[in-house]
Amino acid sequence: MSKEVMEYDAVIVGGGPSGLATAIKLKQLDSNLNICLLEKGSEIGAHILSGNVFETKALDELIPNWKELNSPVKTKVTKEKFLFLGRHKSLSWPTWLLPSVQKNHKNYIISLANLCRWLAEQAEKLGVEIFPGFPASEIIYNQDGSVKGIATQDMGVDKDGNKKDSYQPGMELYAKVTVFAEGCRGHLGKQLIKKFNLDEGKNPQQYGIGFKEIWEISEKNHQEGLVMHTAGWPLDNNTYGGSFVYHAENKQIFLGYVIGLDYKNPHLSPFDEFQRFKTHPAIKKIIEGGKRISYGARALIEGGIQSLPKMFMPGALLVGCNAGTLNMPKIKGSHTAMKSGIIAAETINEHIKENKDLSIYEEKFKRSWAYKELYAARNIKPSFGWGLIPGIIFTGIDQILFRGKLPFTLKHKHADHETLKSANKMPKIDYPKYDNIITFDKTSSVYLTGTNHAENQPVHLKLTNPNLPIDYTLDKFDEPAQRYCPVGVYEIQRENNKAKFVINSQNCIHCKTCDIKEPSQNINWVTPEGGGGPKYGNM
Amino acid sequence: MKILVAVKRVIDYNVQVRVKEDNSGVVTENIKMSTNPPDDNAVEEAVKIKESGKVKEVIAVTVGEEKAQETVRKALAVGVDRGIHVKSEGILEPLAVSKILQKIVEKEKPDLVFMGKQAIDDDCNQTGQMLAALLNWPQATFASKIVVKDKSLEVTREIDEGLETIEVNIPSVITCDLRLNEPRYASLPNIMKAKKKPLEQINVADLGVDTKPRIEQIKVEEPPKRKSGIKVANVAELVQKLKNEAKVI
Ligand SMILES: Cc1cc2nc3c(=O)[nH]c(=O)nc-3n(C[C@H](O)[C@H](O)[C@H](O)COP(=O)(O)OP(=O)(O)OC[C@H]3O[C@@H](n4cnc5c(N)ncnc54)[C@H](O)[C@@H]3O)c2cc1C
Ligand code: SF4
Repeated sequence: MSKEVMEYDAVIVGGGPSGLATAIKLKQLDSNLNICLLEKGSEIGAHILSGNVFETKALDELIPNWKELNSPVKTKVTKEKFLFLGRHKSLSWPTWLLPSVQKNHKNYIISLANLCRWLAEQAEKLGVEIFPGFPASEIIYNQDGSVKGIATQDMGVDKDGNKKDSYQPGMELYAKVTVFAEGCRGHLGKQLIKKFNLDEGKNPQQYGIGFKEIWEISEKNHQEGLVMHTAGWPLDNNTYGGSFVYHAENKQIFLGYVIGLDYKNPHLSPFDEFQRFKTHPAIKKIIEGGKRISYGARALIEGGIQSLPKMFMPGALLVGCNAGTLNMPKIKGSHTAMKSGIIAAETINEHIKENKDLSIYEEKFKRSWAYKELYAARNIKPSFGWGLIPGIIFTGIDQILFRGKLPFTLKHKHADHETLKSANKMPKIDYPKYDNIITFDKTSSVYLTGTNHAENQPVHLKLTNPNLPIDYTLDKFDEPAQRYCPVGVYEIQRENNKAKFVINSQNCIHCKTCDIKEPSQNINWVTPEGGGGPKYGNM
Repeated sequence: MKILVAVKRVIDYNVQVRVKEDNSGVVTENIKMSTNPPDDNAVEEAVKIKESGKVKEVIAVTVGEEKAQETVRKALAVGVDRGIHVKSEGILEPLAVSKILQKIVEKEKPDLVFMGKQAIDDDCNQTGQMLAALLNWPQATFASKIVVKDKSLEVTREIDEGLETIEVNIPSVITCDLRLNEPRYASLPNIMKAKKKPLEQINVADLGVDTKPRIEQIKVEEPPKRKSGIKVANVAELVQKLKNEAKVI
């Protein structure tokens, strides 16, 4: 049965900062354009997880009077700290010695999910049609190979692929230009990069996994506007990562941890590193007596411009983290994502009106402040491949003395799925037990994400080879999926001495880590039924 | 025939509910809200009956703050013809809601009122029953099957002992169980059409209903944490512990 079709000037896949900025800018340029935006979450913001210390530069350009429109950008950064953590001690790093990319005095502490909800309101006022609960599951191509649009997911299909009573076929949405704004490791973006060779001549993309918890803490420990970052313990010198602690409004703190997915030891459990991190005296004293109210995780881009693919192809554009516009040393990607969306909108408008080629998108992007920023930051992450201390020294020279203008570019050599070493060659890690006060297990954590997927639907984590986990990955890497998945979707169960690989897909929080880190790229994340996944509040 | 369906906006069933720090209620800020699940079944059933040709019009009504409209829009997107939003702020007890619905029934003159068996936020399970009493109509609660006959409905009810089938005359109030049907998904074109369907807003004050709470809420608390269990080595130890520690035998 052929699907019903709707046609638009532009279809935008994903309601994050990049997609919403694209939609708003398009309507500002021409209110007659027909714009449709799809979001897989049950509402805008439900799948958004971010720090977030927000640079308003792109928002200033997009909606200059945002302060008058009751936007949720309220808490100004008032104070900053940077700590190096040893096992028991911590060393405070003077902020004047921090490279300027690490300074935040003009920025705001926000919930990016709430900013997206507000941006969606602005977009709807301008006439953008926003459809939450509708994942784009498939790319539709024209005969000449250019992108024609997307198809939304069928609803009401049972786990064996049969139609249920509630079956509702997906739709095909065609557009003059389709904008892919799926965020880090977009499920369709990944296919486009491959099909159009967009990453040709680029370094492999680098990713991290970011955890976040929201805590309500006691008044005496709370300093609204304080931004703190840490490096060091509990990670060893060769694993890239660090924490953030942002003191937001209402006595809440946003506590998070980012770990580079290029880690080598398959026994490492990012989740447990994060839990353990909270037991450091410098952190524990902040959250003690407080209450954890939210939990979640999401992969993020770390590759920078070395890994930034071509962002245009016939009929379509990649924006934001779906391309990879995040500035890693800053761990900031919302402002650059929005800027890429603004430029994409300008491009589409010129394409429709003046028939200009979509390649002008990349030219415009390269001339923008967003690109300059990414260029200056390009050598920081790769330099940490030499270890924490050499990385810091290099970064000091590169950023403070040369302001990112050193005449060479360091490379990312490996994709993240290639970096794991054999399990029997790497040390096992003994993680402490959870105390249920400061540290928690995955079961109680997943509960806080509100995630759910309607029962009896096809599993949305597809194995290319269903036997590989048991036949190969278990022996070689002790099946790291058990550890890198932040909510325990993957389990090895043993029955009568036989190991079985179990996928609890209903718990998935759409972080995309498995799709990135699986050593044989054997796990493919595809879109589940609409509305499934986490129900994040102010993440 | 005409069916009125009542729908309520509640905290989404997947979300962990948190008590406010001052114990004055539960946190609803930054929390995903949805239509009360059995209300979706009520809407589905009404739309199905309409599709079978036995009903001319289905109207959805909600009572609550501005955002409660979303639940009516959702109903409009799956086939309801028009909506009514009775605007009101603050806590409304089931009695107040029943009285408001009574006014709407008097105004719209439906033949049937469908609603969820209870709302998952307060679990009161009272509004349908009180509405039936106020209207002096028969009621069938916990419906898991509805057969429309000429001047009556044959309703199968989910009760403690199993299933009970009763016949109620029209007009009547029916409260729906989750087993009644599988609610459909809204399609994109229907969501767009729903945005254009009529949605009337009424201020609760204009209905002349006394909505003052009759119950004073003193304090909202989280249930006590369950203590973790212990493992015993053998039956003797179990008996000893039941006797001396738990003191149950
Ligand atoms: C732990 C962490 C901390 C961070 N801290 C900061 C910070 O302090 N400051 C900062 O500026 N940035 C920060 N970032 C980065 C920032 O969050 C991202 O750069 C930004 O969210 C990228 O925006 P985006 O629009 O490209 O993608 P996203 O924000 O990821 O949005 C993508 C949206 O598309 C939807 N989607 C995806 N696929 C589909 C599909 N197929 N169909 C329909 N919908 C789909 C998703 O559900 C999502 O809503 C942080 C990120 C993480 C993970
Ligand atoms: S299954 Fe994959 S995408 Fe889902 S939560 Fe686990 S690692 Fe993330």
